Amino acid sequence: MALDEKTYGELREIAGRYPEARSGLLPMLHLVQSAEGRVTPEGIQACAEILEITPAEVSGVATFYTMYKRRPVGDYHVGVCTNTLCAVMGGDEIFSRLKEHLDVGNDETSEDGKITLEHIECNAACDYAPVVMVNWEFMDNQTPESAVALVDDLRAGKEVTSTRGPRLCTWREAERVLAGFPDGRVHEGPAAGGPSLVGLGIASERGWTAPAGSGSTGQPLAGSPAEVAHKTDTSQEAEAAAVEEEAPTSTTAAEKKEAQ
Amino acid sequence: MVDTLTPVLTANWGAERSWTLESYEQHGGYRALKKALTMAPDDIIAAVKDSGLRGRGGAGFPTGMKWSFIPQDNPKPKYLVVNADESEPGTCKDTPLMMASPHTLVEGVIISSFAIRANKAFIYVRGEILHVIRRVQNAVEEAYAAGHLGKDIHGSGFDLDIVVHAGAGAYICGEETALLEGLEGRRGQPRLRPPFPAVAGLYASPTVINNVESIASVPSIIDHGAEWFASMGTEKSKGYGIFSLSGHVTRPGQYEAPLGITLRQLLDLAGGMRKGPDGQPRQLKFWTPGGSSTPLLTAEHLDVPLDFESMGEVGTMLGTRALQLFDETTCVVRATLRWTEFYKHESCGKCTPCREGTWWLAQTLAALERGEGSESDLDLLLDQCDNILGRSFCALGDGATSPISSSIQFFRDEYLAHLTHGGCPFDPAASTAWADKATAGARA
Amino acid sequence: MTTTPDKTEVDLVTLTIDGVEVSVPAGTLVIRAAEQIGVQVPRFCDHPLLEPVGACRQCLVDVPDAGNGRGFPKPQASCTLPVAPGMVVSTQATSPVADKAQQGVMEFLLVNHPLDCPVCDKGGECPLQNQAMSNGRGESRFATSGSGGVKRTFPKPINLSPQVLLDRERCIVCQRCTRFADEIAGDPFIALVERGAQQQIGIAEDAPFLSYFSGNTIQICPVGALTSESYRFRSRPFDLVSTPSVAEHDACGSAIRVDHRRGKVMRRLAGDDPEVNEEWLTDKDRFAFTYASLEDRLTHPMVRDRVEDGGDGSLRPASWPEAFAVAARGLHAAGGVGVLTGGRLTAEDAYAYAKFARVSLGTHDIDFRARPHSAEEAEFLAAHVALTGPWDGGVTYADLESARTVVLVGLEPEDEAGAIFLRLRKSVRHGGTRVLALAPYTTRGLRKMHGTLVPTVPGQEPAVIADLLGRADHGIDAGAVVLVGERLAAVPGAFSAVADLVAKTGARLAWVPRRAGDRGAVEAGCLPTLLPGGRPVADAAARVDVATSWGVGSLPEGPGRDADAIVAALAAGELGGLVVAGVEPDDTTDPAATRAAIEAASFVVALGLRDTEVTRAADVVFPVAAAVEKAGTFLTWEGRPRPFEAVLPSPTSLPDLRVLAGISEELAALGQGAPLGFRTVADVRAEMSQLGPWDGARPTMTPVQPAASTEGQDGLALSTWKLMIDGGSMQDGDKHLAATARPAVARVNPATYAALGLVEGAAVTVTGDRGSVTMPVEVVDDMTDGTVWVPASSTGAGVFAGLASPGTRVTVKGAGA
Repeated sequence: MALDEKTYGELREIAGRYPEARSGLLPMLHLVQSAEGRVTPEGIQACAEILEITPAEVSGVATFYTMYKRRPVGDYHVGVCTNTLCAVMGGDEIFSRLKEHLDVGNDETSEDGKITLEHIECNAACDYAPVVMVNWEFMDNQTPESAVALVDDLRAGKEVTSTRGPRLCTWREAERVLAGFPDGRVHEGPAAGGPSLVGLGIASERGWTAPAGSGSTGQPLAGSPAEVAHKTDTSQEAEAAAVEEEAPTSTTAAEKKEAQ
Repeated sequence: MVDTLTPVLTANWGAERSWTLESYEQHGGYRALKKALTMAPDDIIAAVKDSGLRGRGGAGFPTGMKWSFIPQDNPKPKYLVVNADESEPGTCKDTPLMMASPHTLVEGVIISSFAIRANKAFIYVRGEILHVIRRVQNAVEEAYAAGHLGKDIHGSGFDLDIVVHAGAGAYICGEETALLEGLEGRRGQPRLRPPFPAVAGLYASPTVINNVESIASVPSIIDHGAEWFASMGTEKSKGYGIFSLSGHVTRPGQYEAPLGITLRQLLDLAGGMRKGPDGQPRQLKFWTPGGSSTPLLTAEHLDVPLDFESMGEVGTMLGTRALQLFDETTCVVRATLRWTEFYKHESCGKCTPCREGTWWLAQTLAALERGEGSESDLDLLLDQCDNILGRSFCALGDGATSPISSSIQFFRDEYLAHLTHGGCPFDPAASTAWADKATAGARA
Repeated sequence: MTTTPDKTEVDLVTLTIDGVEVSVPAGTLVIRAAEQIGVQVPRFCDHPLLEPVGACRQCLVDVPDAGNGRGFPKPQASCTLPVAPGMVVSTQATSPVADKAQQGVMEFLLVNHPLDCPVCDKGGECPLQNQAMSNGRGESRFATSGSGGVKRTFPKPINLSPQVLLDRERCIVCQRCTRFADEIAGDPFIALVERGAQQQIGIAEDAPFLSYFSGNTIQICPVGALTSESYRFRSRPFDLVSTPSVAEHDACGSAIRVDHRRGKVMRRLAGDDPEVNEEWLTDKDRFAFTYASLEDRLTHPMVRDRVEDGGDGSLRPASWPEAFAVAARGLHAAGGVGVLTGGRLTAEDAYAYAKFARVSLGTHDIDFRARPHSAEEAEFLAAHVALTGPWDGGVTYADLESARTVVLVGLEPEDEAGAIFLRLRKSVRHGGTRVLALAPYTTRGLRKMHGTLVPTVPGQEPAVIADLLGRADHGIDAGAVVLVGERLAAVPGAFSAVADLVAKTGARLAWVPRRAGDRGAVEAGCLPTLLPGGRPVADAAARVDVATSWGVGSLPEGPGRDADAIVAALAAGELGGLVVAGVEPDDTTDPAATRAAIEAASFVVALGLRDTEVTRAADVVFPVAAAVEKAGTFLTWEGRPRPFEAVLPSPTSLPDLRVLAGISEELAALGQGAPLGFRTVADVRAEMSQLGPWDGARPTMTPVQPAASTEGQDGLALSTWKLMIDGGSMQDGDKHLAATARPAVARVNPATYAALGLVEGAAVTVTGDRGSVTMPVEVVDDMTDGTVWVPASSTGAGVFAGLASPGTRVTVKGAGA
């Protein structure tokens, strides 16, 4: 089945963003996935035609990058980080629980077509380990129980919100954003999660700053400690409370506020 | 005396809607741009050189020097490419930066492009961080609307367009020439050098490729001056940097501090290692100073300054300041095997030692972890590493040998214990985030 | 690696390799500098004609001094490292570090290799096998490490194309094949796919590796990963005898190596000739050789028991002496005899026909052009082509690389002259040459040469050529080369316009015919207007020159009849006899007329390889040797002699020249002419050399006016040429090659297509004065208005027999509409 005219037009639009059209291939393949649910031979052919390269060259690219899928992906791509740190922190256990719970193997889709499970490599959220990604949105500090609840909610069609991001969209909708077509969810979710702010909080508490500079205000960019204190993701409360209990000696005022 | 922590890049992360232009400008954002546009481009390059800023993506190459390699007499267009393909295991600094304050990066891109006379810049963000991509896309849009991007920026006569480019899952694209391949719509396999990107990079044109944090540091250098930046850090490792603590530490997260801070200092701020069931802090067993490609260190290295030189002296690298901390519940063989499987998975396949070597290393290690094989396999592993290190096409192969060589150096007995034990003597449940909390009944 | 002759000043760089000082041209890679001192650094991905990639890492050497006093801390890939003055290099011969690095890489390479040498086609000629023995460790530690190494496995070979198979397990992903396809052929239909240890060579779904040059990838594969359907499992390298030869399928003169066993050709490979085909070969030259060993091969002379002599009218086997005698008697009685030689002869055989016509038959009625031709063309060949060659400034392959502009007129190199196509592409890729093509549309070949189309409606070439003079932007000046194809002969005034163009611009000129024997036939005198050595028949001094050398009294004044005139004269009874070599009526200007002429001739002597309609119609048939069975010489389009010796001696077939000598002797006995005076190829070579080239005045050309424009006439102009792989009889028997042919399609522009009102996917029927062909249609955006293109010989009997006479117009309709 050939791609529709709208998709063709958008593929051409992507190619047009770059000084040389072929640069558009990665986002174009994201768009193919959004339209087709995977990288299809038709999608490969369309990219090849638009970029005036061979289907073999497109195939070479499509099979190199792990985000491109040749088998249909479910509504939700659930990626469990099993790189060393997350694995040690519990990612391995989460992954095996989900395999069992969904009755799938790695890179397989649940029978209802909702969830594709995959173990993934480090996703740059190590301070929130163990990390699960749903459609490449962060689900931080997971446990086997929270992960099972997460996939159950997704399968039940409940609205789920990223722990550090927006309400989850489908995998195909996410792929469209990766192709460079924003979905309007940019302002959802916090600026940062607790761990992202931990150093800043300590500095604010202790009055530590970078040296005064020669800039027009004489002060480096800074948010006020109060702002910092309000920015903590509420889902981290229990965690923060636990931290506070266990680390009384170094608990800062900022962190106490976080825990409230 | 400079403070222990020096929030600059992280300073506005706590601000209300910090990712918006409005918030960023309220906190002094785009002030540096206005100043930069009044400067001669060469003076900006000189300021960045004088600041001593070294690449924050791991290699530590002086940023200003990289810029000065761009041949300005070359008639081809110049390009700035931001490496936002943050994928080195343990590394998680650029991602929160772009999520919380994408304008810091965008402002840096504009100033840097102005300095190297690039009219087109690309931000290559790894595809697996969707919300970060939304935030960067939005920041670029806002910057256009505010006149910070586009034609004749603020009447300076300088034009700049930024394209936000989503990657698609390939660790190797963190290597700058592989990234260029990805950006040109090809398989992300590293290119032959020379020619270096400064001479023939993107579209065979002069190209600067910098890490997110490097570029994000530029506005503050321009705003406050090179001397201000250089007043932080050490003699040869100047300025501040984001240190990312993760693993078995009480308060993992981002700590922005002058280079040269020690892990002991950071660990103290982070509440020490996590506590065991007995309520006592667990022991730091091993750690990476800058991601999994930097050879492991142990508790004996707690006081080594985290700067380029000192890390080199103890046989490792500062890398991305991705401090992954593991306590005594962690099996170093399991950790090493997992990293090795990562390198095997991410090896691009171009060169023999990396492609075939990681395939073999993973098998040998997996056997050892199962308690199979023999002691001579340890020497074989080291010899394989010797045949990969410096023999591969790019540094990915080198990185793959780091955890193996260093873990055998520090924990040879633990490998042997697997053989005598007939398998892994560790309980993986003990090292999970919830292990001790479960014991303490604190699991939510 | 072609050396440019006029480049004499070369900067030399002196370095030390393994303690030996060596000076090499600047820019030389260390791996090749080492060869200069006799050190072979092992390598796989490196290939001198491909861009360096540094992928396999097998060629690591130690560089203690990069020439700046500092060494590299780690071993360096010598295939990507250029030499530097004062550089010090230690290879595996002197450096334990380099040796260990190489052994380490070799060990890695074998980790996932199946080590199935005993059943591998490459075994015995395999760089991996050989270098594993010379530069690897005897035992792999992989098998005994850990709990025993497990190799990556793949299902057994997959077809990249109907001809090329890939065994992924054996592949070491050196990328030679993909780099060849991309860099050299411009056909990146194979590519690296997947990643890491799973990385492999692949094609896209439903997009096989259909390249005219695909076989080269098999030859340069350093392991047994790529094999051909036609050769795999057929023989072992050490059972083969290799004989150098020259390819016979086009006028490129590509060097080949013929590998044979017990009198049978098993495969052909590209020879290495930097001056001509470098190391590349077309798939036709490589795979099309079965024609010489098909069942229909003639094995013995035959004579017809003529009804008028009391026989039953059939051909019967005869002895050589009888056949010579019968042929001579028949020709003697036939009255006038014409000679049609075709374009596939060696120069020696062509010379024998030229001499036989003049000495034994007393005629200049001889023509090698078994295709549309003209008197204008004959004049052009005499004035601008004969006697030119590399020795006196004639255009060469190397000149194609140094020319600023190359203009193609009536020539599609990718189909008709593969080695020219590859050389032009190489030059374009290196930024040297700009290609202009006078053609009706941008062909795939032109696109791959990044060429510029000068849109030319078939038949309008003279006007378009004339217009080039006013176009400074086309850059046609003394630095340009004009390559004209034989197809121009069908366009009156085209050769005249080309002659005018080169005269006015100073551009250099070369004629590129399609067949291997065409250029040699010009030089050997197989034209009604030319004697051997380019001597004009019309020049009395030239005739005397030849007659004296041949020891005959005189030669007729001439000129003789060309091929069309011979056909007409046979039909009209003006000629009675015909001597015909490898001519296929369907190739000729008027296939029906040619058949009728053979039928009308009172006596036909046919010399041929195989049983054909011509031999079946002949009165005496002589089997002749195929190129592989005899010595000979082809002249390239440049005029460069490409001599070769016999690969397979075949006692049952003689070269044409020996047959003609036999007939001439019998004719002489009947009092007609004189014996030719030679019996072997060596004799002919000596005689040709003694006769030498004409040193008198070169004939000039009388310009021919172009035909009136056909604009506004009914129908469409027909553009056509033969695809490289098509229905040609010398491709018979090679089914895997045939399966890689490009499909036959008719091409029209969008306007013509729209006017057809077709339903999508419908075929079209093209109709001309000789019939109709139906084939799928393809829309080409830049096809000139009012033009349709069809392949000349991919369907049925071909265009001239089944569609239209040359230069006439055709109509196109939806098939079945």
